[in-house]
Amino acid sequence: MSGVRVLVGTRKGAFILTSDEKRIDWQVEGPHFPGWEMYHLKGSPADPQRIYASQSSGWFGQVMQRSDDGGASWQPIGNDFAYVGDPGTHQWYDGTLRPWEFTRIWHLEPSPTDADTVYAGAQDAALFRSTDAGVTWHELAGLRAGALPAGWQPGAGGLCLHTIMLDAKDPQRMFVAISAAGTFRSDDAGQTWRPKNAGLLSDGIPNPDAEVGHCVHHIARHPSRPDVLFMQKHWDVMRSDDAGESWQEISGNLPTDFGFAIDVHAHEPETLYVVPITSDSHHFVMDGRLRVYRSRTGGNDWQALTEGLPQENCYVNVLRDAMSVDTLDSCGIYFGTSGGQVYCSADSGDSWTPIVRDLPPVLSVEVQTLP
Amino acid sequence: MIRVVLPAHLRALAHVDGDVVLEVPQPVTQATVLDALEDRYPMLGGTIRDRDTGRRRAFVRFFACEQDLSHDSPDEPLPPAVVSGAEPYLIVGAMAGG
Repeated sequence: MSGVRVLVGTRKGAFILTSDEKRIDWQVEGPHFPGWEMYHLKGSPADPQRIYASQSSGWFGQVMQRSDDGGASWQPIGNDFAYVGDPGTHQWYDGTLRPWEFTRIWHLEPSPTDADTVYAGAQDAALFRSTDAGVTWHELAGLRAGALPAGWQPGAGGLCLHTIMLDAKDPQRMFVAISAAGTFRSDDAGQTWRPKNAGLLSDGIPNPDAEVGHCVHHIARHPSRPDVLFMQKHWDVMRSDDAGESWQEISGNLPTDFGFAIDVHAHEPETLYVVPITSDSHHFVMDGRLRVYRSRTGGNDWQALTEGLPQENCYVNVLRDAMSVDTLDSCGIYFGTSGGQVYCSADSGDSWTPIVRDLPPVLSVEVQTLP
Repeated sequence: MIRVVLPAHLRALAHVDGDVVLEVPQPVTQATVLDALEDRYPMLGGTIRDRDTGRRRAFVRFFACEQDLSHDSPDEPLPPAVVSGAEPYLIVGAMAGG
């Protein structure tokens, strides 16, 4: 019988939620690594029992964990993330230059084809790769060397590389996104990179259409159409139909186009999900109502999804890595909130139920569809 | 034999219960104790001392014999009571909220 395993990273530990394909009855296991910030956990598409996890703390720094049995047990793996050569400087919040300094791993992206290969997105922004199941990590330094890092500056969360997209059919093609720098693409398996931000407009930088400096919050796509990208920017929801060469706004009738999370339906490449957040200074949903917005037209025309979600006195946020979709026949959508709820919709967003209500603030949600 | 007391988070990470007992070659200093600790428990690398600089992480403190050794040179000899094992060497997560 098929089922799902939901990997939840929170401010104070990790939780694993499992269910069968009905997604009604759930087993909740955790906390794993209690007391630690779990920025991200993600399973390997090549071996679902292999899970990588980023564990960090303000006291003890970055630790990495790996499970080879679906999260039942864990072992610490390498945590030496050394920048190549002189790491140089980037802009600080006040415009001064500041040396690159490793803080944490925000995002893990296991290879779609090799369980021992995994990519890690760091703060301060850099891309690392391990080909030995996380024992050792090596920076793909071409990103910082060739992608105009002089124009990068930290967003409110830090100068973080938070999105990594790999393509099983084209291992040469990769995308990453950095706050606040923008989107970058490699066509040679990560050796060299170029900014891909044409069409983005950001009021918070001196030149609104600069080549770099944009606060991209998250990017998603459907695996069947690797050149079609959907972006939740600081403000604006955007789309590209040409692998990032150009972007067009698709915010349409959203009540606010600020937000963090964005994802794509597993079987409908033009069906998107976002969770609008009031504003950059009000990091909670609008009007006390938790609403997921769905577009079945690839953007511009959005429908509020509210059944089962609180519609009064709700002031939570949903972070960039805290939404995920499963690939069951009736596509499941999942998201976690700053209030510690993890919601599931087993019917493509038409209705929602909380799997758990009272976890620590949720940082990330990833779902594995199990055979 | 040097007795080292780890904070709870690092005990869990290293899968140890209670004090850690280490053989540390002379001279016994904070640096040699931490070197021996990280040799025995490689997963603690980077969690107590910054990997790049080798310096104590900002929110980690070192205590022994009711003294705060955090700002002492890592190469100074530790107190005789620590070297003899009568007193433990404490690695502490600083009280900083959370």
